Amino acid sequence: MIRVVLPAHLRTLARVNGEVKLDVPGQPTLRSVLDALEARYPTLRGAIRDYGTLRRRPFVRFFACEQDLSHEPHDLKLPDEVVEGKEPFLVVGATAGG
Amino acid sequence: MSSVRLLVGTHKGAFVLTSDGKRRDWKIDGPFFTGWDIYHVKGSPVEPNRIWASQTSGWFGQQVQRSDDGGKTWNPVGNKFEYDGPTGTHQWYDGTPHPWEFKRVWHFEPSLTDPDTVYAGVEDAAIFRSTDAGQTWQELNGLRGHGTGPKWQPGAGGMCLHTIIQDPKDPKRMFVAISAAGAFRTDDGGTTWKPINRGLKSEFIPDPDAEVGHCVHRIAMHPSRPDTLFMQKHWDVMRTDDAGDSWREISGNLPTDFGFPIDVHPHEPDTVYVIPIKSDSEHVVPDAKLRVYRSKSGGDEWEPLGNGLPQRDCYVNILRDAMSVDTLDEPGIYFGTTGGQVYASADAGDSWTALARDFPAVLSVEAQTLP
Repeated sequence: MIRVVLPAHLRTLARVNGEVKLDVPGQPTLRSVLDALEARYPTLRGAIRDYGTLRRRPFVRFFACEQDLSHEPHDLKLPDEVVEGKEPFLVVGATAGG
Repeated sequence: MSSVRLLVGTHKGAFVLTSDGKRRDWKIDGPFFTGWDIYHVKGSPVEPNRIWASQTSGWFGQQVQRSDDGGKTWNPVGNKFEYDGPTGTHQWYDGTPHPWEFKRVWHFEPSLTDPDTVYAGVEDAAIFRSTDAGQTWQELNGLRGHGTGPKWQPGAGGMCLHTIIQDPKDPKRMFVAISAAGAFRTDDGGTTWKPINRGLKSEFIPDPDAEVGHCVHRIAMHPSRPDTLFMQKHWDVMRTDDAGDSWREISGNLPTDFGFPIDVHPHEPDTVYVIPIKSDSEHVVPDAKLRVYRSKSGGDEWEPLGNGLPQRDCYVNILRDAMSVDTLDEPGIYFGTTGGQVYASADAGDSWTALARDFPAVLSVEAQTLP
């Protein structure tokens, strides 16, 4: 069970409160978690990754276990603590703008 | 008794204002989508309770929201805007070729006849259409691909398609406007397009009367005379009486002919409204006075309308989609400012009152006249 923490605007879009819990088959990766997240909440499609390219949007970041995973390849295996549900996977709206 | 609903898009959410036909007392609902840029909110003329909102963010991209109950509740619909075919390039600010990239929806134009059909004007400039109530979007790529695209360039606000006008007498004919490319027309339902910029002169481009490259800010039409269009260009207020084949300037005695919105009286096709702005480098009203200008002669001769509007210490701008008219017998005129005020006139512009003074910066205002 992967715990995902979304920023406030995306929780509103997805109409969820608090953490999202996802069952991700196999060895969870950045890509498979995001795929599962968008499959459960289709309104998040295009809000985290661009359509088509599936590139991370520039002002979105991925953190876990005090590490910035934003620039890692999307087939990166997530840390064991995230896979075991001990630590959440964080989708973060970057601090930018005024 | 008729009523009026105002749909207001702002820098930090959308608001819905309603009043009866007297338009003295207004109820404000919202904000909806708090914290997001709401570039435009517009209702279907066929089913007025069906309303479209463009919700956009530099962080989280584009969302399209649809309401089917007059703005009380909203649901996200399709937000996949993919250019059809090779994206090609337009000019970047430094003159280099730059690939088309979707950024946001600036404007929705619901069909005049089908509540499930709506057009979207987007940045980078293109027009999309949905025929399934917003679930999917298809580009009308004849516009972007008609040949002059590599010469188009972004204005300061981006390379946006911000104006879409359907000809009520000819369902095959539509007009669009792009900053900074100019005005275009289709006569075959959106398959092919041609530039309609003859007569425009823009001193800020290398060839002032070029076929494309003009920064058109807004176009307006009266539905009874679809061959007559009024244009607020970056500088110059213009008019055509042959569906854009030729334009002539009608700035006349305006204190400045820079500005953004332009609109037409609902019952008098030669009565036109603009809001002059001091200059393209200052983007505030002239002389610190907020004044709408009205021409009752189809241009050239303009009168200032400032009764009830601030006439000192005013430094706001009014953006291109932020003025609208209702269609009551004595029509209401509405506009919103970058300072967060929404002003209304219930007597065709003779006097004004503020409906809101402390909204976020207003990006768009649309009036719906309801039975």
